[in-house]
Amino acid sequence: MKRRIEKIEPILFIAPALIGIIVFTLYPFINVIIMAFKEDYNFLTTEFTKFGLKNFEIIFNDPYFIQAMKNSFMYVLIVVPVSTAISVIIANLLNQNIRFKAFLQTSYFLPMVTSITAVGMAWKFMFNYQNGIINYVLSFFGVDAINWLQNPNYNFLALVIYGIWSILPFTIIVLLSGLQNINPLYYTAAKVDGAKAFKIFQRITLPLLAPTIGLVMVINTISTFKVFNELFPLFQGPGIAYNLFTVVYYIYYHFRSLTPPKYGIAAAAAIILFFMILIFTSLQIYIQKKGSVYKDGKN
Amino acid sequence: MEKIKSFLVHFVLIVGAIIMIFPFFWMISGAFKTSTEISTFPPQLFPKSFLNFDNFKFAFETAPFGRYFINSVVVAFAGVTICTFTTILAAFGFSRLRFKGRETIFALLLSLMMVPFEMVIITNYRTIVSMGIHDTLWALIVPFTSSIFYIYLLRGFFDTVPEDLYKAAKVDGCSNWKFCWKIMVPICRPFIVTIILLNAIASWNSFLWPMLATNSPHSRTLPFGLYAFMTEGGSLMERMMAASTIVVLPMIILFIVARKYIVSGVVRGGLKG
Repeated sequence: MKRRIEKIEPILFIAPALIGIIVFTLYPFINVIIMAFKEDYNFLTTEFTKFGLKNFEIIFNDPYFIQAMKNSFMYVLIVVPVSTAISVIIANLLNQNIRFKAFLQTSYFLPMVTSITAVGMAWKFMFNYQNGIINYVLSFFGVDAINWLQNPNYNFLALVIYGIWSILPFTIIVLLSGLQNINPLYYTAAKVDGAKAFKIFQRITLPLLAPTIGLVMVINTISTFKVFNELFPLFQGPGIAYNLFTVVYYIYYHFRSLTPPKYGIAAAAAIILFFMILIFTSLQIYIQKKGSVYKDGKN
Repeated sequence: MEKIKSFLVHFVLIVGAIIMIFPFFWMISGAFKTSTEISTFPPQLFPKSFLNFDNFKFAFETAPFGRYFINSVVVAFAGVTICTFTTILAAFGFSRLRFKGRETIFALLLSLMMVPFEMVIITNYRTIVSMGIHDTLWALIVPFTSSIFYIYLLRGFFDTVPEDLYKAAKVDGCSNWKFCWKIMVPICRPFIVTIILLNAIASWNSFLWPMLATNSPHSRTLPFGLYAFMTEGGSLMERMMAASTIVVLPMIILFIVARKYIVSGVVRGGLKG
């Protein structure tokens, strides 16, 4: 009797979590893959004609999907490098011997815990064409008022600016912890040798921080590629000219905004998203393994 | 030379910090402005009075923000409590108990971590509809009763607790259940608090899933309620700012109180996929 309890006990420990994971992650994962290959899937009768690649053919010939891929990639290609560059500088400064440390850290990290939707409303207000503060500040530099939110030439830029601002806290925190892991002996040695501050940054800080920079860039690539939430407070959707479709918005649009919903199309787009994430994640694991070699070298 | 350098460092940092917190300041300042004050140009930094609560009153009277607030609290509290419970049990199971296929199952879970949430929502939406909990608070709680990511983090932490402690307790006849809750959990309390905070923040701010799973005002949580307030109620900026302040303020307070826990959690947890 006791033996038997010992055998099932581990199952009892992991079962509560496992049930949720199976129902809300494993099952839908498999289900979405199957759904993507069902052709002409009818959502009411759950009938379909046959299994095939038709949904993928449709999305790759859909100008909105092409646009969504383009936008998501462009967004990543701008937001990730720019935010990383800013964060490297800020993290380095925060790592110095500075005053008001608590205040400064709180200011830099705060946007990380606040709702994208709610803060997006404040940005919408700041981006306002007629009386927004951003246009007001720009007017001092001789820039004419920009219609950030309603002009399709500028709304992507507005999205990017908001994106950079909201991803900075996370990036700075990770880089700061990377900096704090650098053995101070390196700096002492460099100072003894009379190295200049910039030389120290270039020859010691950057190379030793490189794995952390690589890692945070990949993590940010994954999260920014899924850009979606920001579209709602700023544009109430994909922008005034329907020019701001992103991959996740495309998925959402096809199974929620359309009647009847096009589950097959949404599922096919979701698989493309999954493959993108898979590639980035493999890259992340690769960097993490390589990074740990650096760490071992340090100790 | 040193003084100039120190001045420059502080100058850059303070200008940067002002840019980072400006949207919050602008939101709160706007929330106290009247409609004429908010549309004047050039914009005024401060409202005439920080005691003008009309916009907040309006938000609470025209949209059920009180209800949204309570819903957000209930969902965060219930979701986080259940998730923490299942996470502790599972992390303990994977860390200390021996059973067949333990590492295989764990590896399988880790690979599932790569599945983006945005992918599974398609089926999850239909799952909650078929469960009959669509458009209720349950729809916002049930899918989040377990988290592979937190199990992974906590197991890593549990693994660092010396095995000898477990063996000694076992010899003394301590059951697994008792060991888990009476010894493991207290030892790892700071780390568990961090997980709870991260989870609560994520729950409070979540937007995509509540937008899909709920519809009517009685089951909305704050971010989606705020968005509905904008689309349904016309967008008078000073009122939007008041409503946004209601959503953001609890998190600002939480962050100021528990900054160290949250930051350490982000450093550890940030390294996820």
